[in-house]
Amino acid sequence: MKDSELEEVEINLVLETLRLRHGYDFRHYAQASLRRRLRSLQHLFGLKHLVDLVPRLLRERDLLSKVLAGLSVPMTEMFRDPAVFLALRQEVVPLLRTFPQINIWQVGCATGEEAYSLAILMAEEGCLFRCQIYATDINDAALATAEEGVFPARKMALYGDNYRNAGGTGKLADYYHHHMDFVQMDPTLRRSMVFAHHNLVSDGIFCEAHLVVCRNVLIYFDRHLQAHCFALMKGSLVRGGCLCLGSRESVEGTVVERDFQAINKAMRIFRLRPRGSTP
Amino acid sequence: MNPHQVRVILFGCSAGSLHALRSLFSRLPRRYPLPIVGVTHTREQGEWLLPELLGRRCLLNVRSAVDKETIQPGSLYLAPPGYHLLLERDETLSLSMDERVHGSRPAIDPLFESAADSLGDKVLAIILTGGGCDGAQGLRAVADAGGVCLIQDPASAEASSMPLMAMAAVLEKQRRVLSLEQIGTELLNLGEGKNG
Repeated sequence: MKDSELEEVEINLVLETLRLRHGYDFRHYAQASLRRRLRSLQHLFGLKHLVDLVPRLLRERDLLSKVLAGLSVPMTEMFRDPAVFLALRQEVVPLLRTFPQINIWQVGCATGEEAYSLAILMAEEGCLFRCQIYATDINDAALATAEEGVFPARKMALYGDNYRNAGGTGKLADYYHHHMDFVQMDPTLRRSMVFAHHNLVSDGIFCEAHLVVCRNVLIYFDRHLQAHCFALMKGSLVRGGCLCLGSRESVEGTVVERDFQAINKAMRIFRLRPRGSTP
Repeated sequence: MNPHQVRVILFGCSAGSLHALRSLFSRLPRRYPLPIVGVTHTREQGEWLLPELLGRRCLLNVRSAVDKETIQPGSLYLAPPGYHLLLERDETLSLSMDERVHGSRPAIDPLFESAADSLGDKVLAIILTGGGCDGAQGLRAVADAGGVCLIQDPASAEASSMPLMAMAAVLEKQRRVLSLEQIGTELLNLGEGKNG
């Protein structure tokens, strides 16, 4: 057996251990990036072989959270891709306003920067008081950071630029308090936000959403799991509800192409068609 | 090299990329029988003009890579700013926002390494002009998997560091060091072999 085939067997054993011992199913994650992340975990833990992770995952109670943190990608920024937030503000908020209550599900929130960005956007549009933002992730360590709303001050210059380019009507500094080298997000934003553990692979629909924001999450999944997630998001959305995906994600041949209409194709913003209407 | 075996052409470059890519890929015909996938180091924010600038001088279908698309002959896919580009076993592309590699995202190593894992000896990989050391480790992975390795002659490259690091990383018998002109001819011959 070649080394590469041997590694494939080891990867499968680690994934089976995660599934059978801990109930986390990574089998339908995109292979190439999962392989990279498993290799960096192997390096991080100083393991000779990847399979050495198996006995440790079976017996060591506190290892799981480290492995989950290593396998998920907590990469997020405030108002990342400002053009997307500008499109949400200009093209999606007017649709959301027509609902008395607005529920937003932000999928894969990591450390929460994007969820706070959405809260700021809704506040500036005068909608936050009737808005509930559910931000979910499988990475509990990241969720704890998100709950706190404390971020490094050195990133605020970039976030401030993003905020302005995203059509911000005030100053980003209006929404946080500066302490030494970190900032604390304004607690009034938090009143409309819930951070929760949710696993797209195994957990179901938990709210009726008017907007689902799921950017750069499905790139880590294969087509099978992507289809499962699209079904979950479609099931969560009210008729006329909106879906915002990552701007380099493809919807070709998926339920999104079939059952949604594009609001802004370049920004990957879609709206669930009313029942009975055809493309 | 066995031309019938190659399924994909990869390239990586950095400083001096526009000139090198234009002179290399403008020689290939519209219906070039292989897909081409590449990384050039780009800023993560702001406008990205490379697909447009390269596409204007090429007959190939030059495009920014989209997640989960299947690579097609006659198309040249560029890693978009802010994402690593990876190649899967079923010859689809995937994007990731994993940590920067050598301070860069996209980086060349993740593409080359993933292609070596996924397609093994069916890969032809080229390191072109550029500063730094990105791509060296990836080219070695391609060589170890039995793929074909070409390196732009550092003397003729606008920036010589990437070619030099790649030469150091790969055994002499596993790679060839060629001028841009010669690499272009190799690609044309490879295409000819595919059609024949």
